[in-house]
Amino acid sequence: METDNSGGLGGKRRFLETRCRVLGSIRAFFETEGFLEVQTPLLTAAPVPELHISPIPAGPRLFLSTSPELHMKRLLAAGFEKIFQITRSFRAGELGRFHHPEFTILEWYRLAADYTDLQRDCQKLVRAACRASRQSSDLFFHGSPIDCSSPWEKITVARAFEKFAGWVPGPNPDTDRFDLDMSQKVQKNLGFPAPCILEDYPVSQAALARIKPGNPEVAERFELFWAGVELANGFSELTDPVEQRMRFCSAIESKKRLEGIDYPMPEAFLLSLENLGPCAGIALGVDRLVMLLSDADSIDDVVAFGPQTA
Amino acid sequence: MAAVLTAGELRKGVKLEIDGEPYLITDFEFNKPGKGQSLYRCRLKNMITGIQFDRTYRSGDKFNSADLEEQEMQFLYSDGENYHFMNMSNFEQIEMTYEAVGDASHFLSENLLVNVLLFQGRPIGLSVPNFVDLQIVSSAPGIKGDTASGSTKPATLSTGHVIQVPLFVEEGETVRIDTRTGQYVERVKV
Repeated sequence: METDNSGGLGGKRRFLETRCRVLGSIRAFFETEGFLEVQTPLLTAAPVPELHISPIPAGPRLFLSTSPELHMKRLLAAGFEKIFQITRSFRAGELGRFHHPEFTILEWYRLAADYTDLQRDCQKLVRAACRASRQSSDLFFHGSPIDCSSPWEKITVARAFEKFAGWVPGPNPDTDRFDLDMSQKVQKNLGFPAPCILEDYPVSQAALARIKPGNPEVAERFELFWAGVELANGFSELTDPVEQRMRFCSAIESKKRLEGIDYPMPEAFLLSLENLGPCAGIALGVDRLVMLLSDADSIDDVVAFGPQTA
Repeated sequence: MAAVLTAGELRKGVKLEIDGEPYLITDFEFNKPGKGQSLYRCRLKNMITGIQFDRTYRSGDKFNSADLEEQEMQFLYSDGENYHFMNMSNFEQIEMTYEAVGDASHFLSENLLVNVLLFQGRPIGLSVPNFVDLQIVSSAPGIKGDTASGSTKPATLSTGHVIQVPLFVEEGETVRIDTRTGQYVERVKV
């Protein structure tokens, strides 16, 4: 009897081929759109201060980057008007069917744009990835038929909560209740068979997003869901350095209290905001897109080496 | 000793103490909506009653691991209501109800060494060896000429439990049984 000494790598060929095609289609899409591919540091002294995201320490006063967001925006502020990056990001304690502490993230930013421009990008990008990866004409994900060529649904957070959770969140809903219902009632219903854009989040749920003109209760943030999987998170960026510093301050204080770590204020980023005009940016989970396009059971399937085998 | 666990340490197979009872996590899912907080959905099974339910925890929640230990014990006898064992480390005798012993009672013969699961020192379950040898106390004779067909017949073990055995197995013989499947493995010479 033959034994598999490869740790199951042989069985991953189909998933890794889909991954390769998806990565190729992403680069091709952004090249067509005239974007510049950039690379920013994985090691940073000042990770993005976000309440629910914990950086992995990498040495004295040094962390692995939790997302390339701040560096990307510094480039944007310096006048690079259309940039994208495919990179690894690191978040402590995130491990599950759809989470690895080390994962592949795609971020792209546009100057003089808002979240509706990003929504259009999403449609084109996901459809291109779908075409590039498609092995058969019918796609399924975990038993449900999925497709991305039929029209995409767009629904506000208020409407989605009313429909699936039975209540309408105001501008500052109870965070525990909002997170729990989003995770257990709303999210699983979104994006069948085509992807769904969930937009206009309560202001308190969109720390880095611009308030929607004409509706001060919601922020111009959207998330992309497909077959109940959260795929991307984008917004019209907050570019007010004073407001931004205030929000960072509150996150840094909470993290000091909860984690006992004193994260530094990202001063270079805040300084760059002085020169940043209206813009929009988005992060998309590449591993999850590959999972969807290859009907992978777990994120473990779509990476050659996961946390258990790395 | 029970240890304090954080929500981040919850996994399938972890045993917790909730409201004074031991629970096993039989299913586990990590979820984290958007920029929101981490959620840990657990299916919990009460290790005494077997009752299952789902509960979702958040980062920041803390738990006591269930104070469980396994102890090697020897089966002594059953008095019809309770099963009596001797703790092999201190030679104290304990008794367990039929409910706590469960299906393991099918395979308990005198002097058998078993592992008893103790919760806070109280016996709540036991595991028998994967293979046990038990005597057949009654079984109808096999039909001549049918020995190779793979047919089986019922046979009553010394514990009172009935299993299927090949036709050639006779009353008074000892057979080996896989306790995980409850199936006959082979005849054993005693």
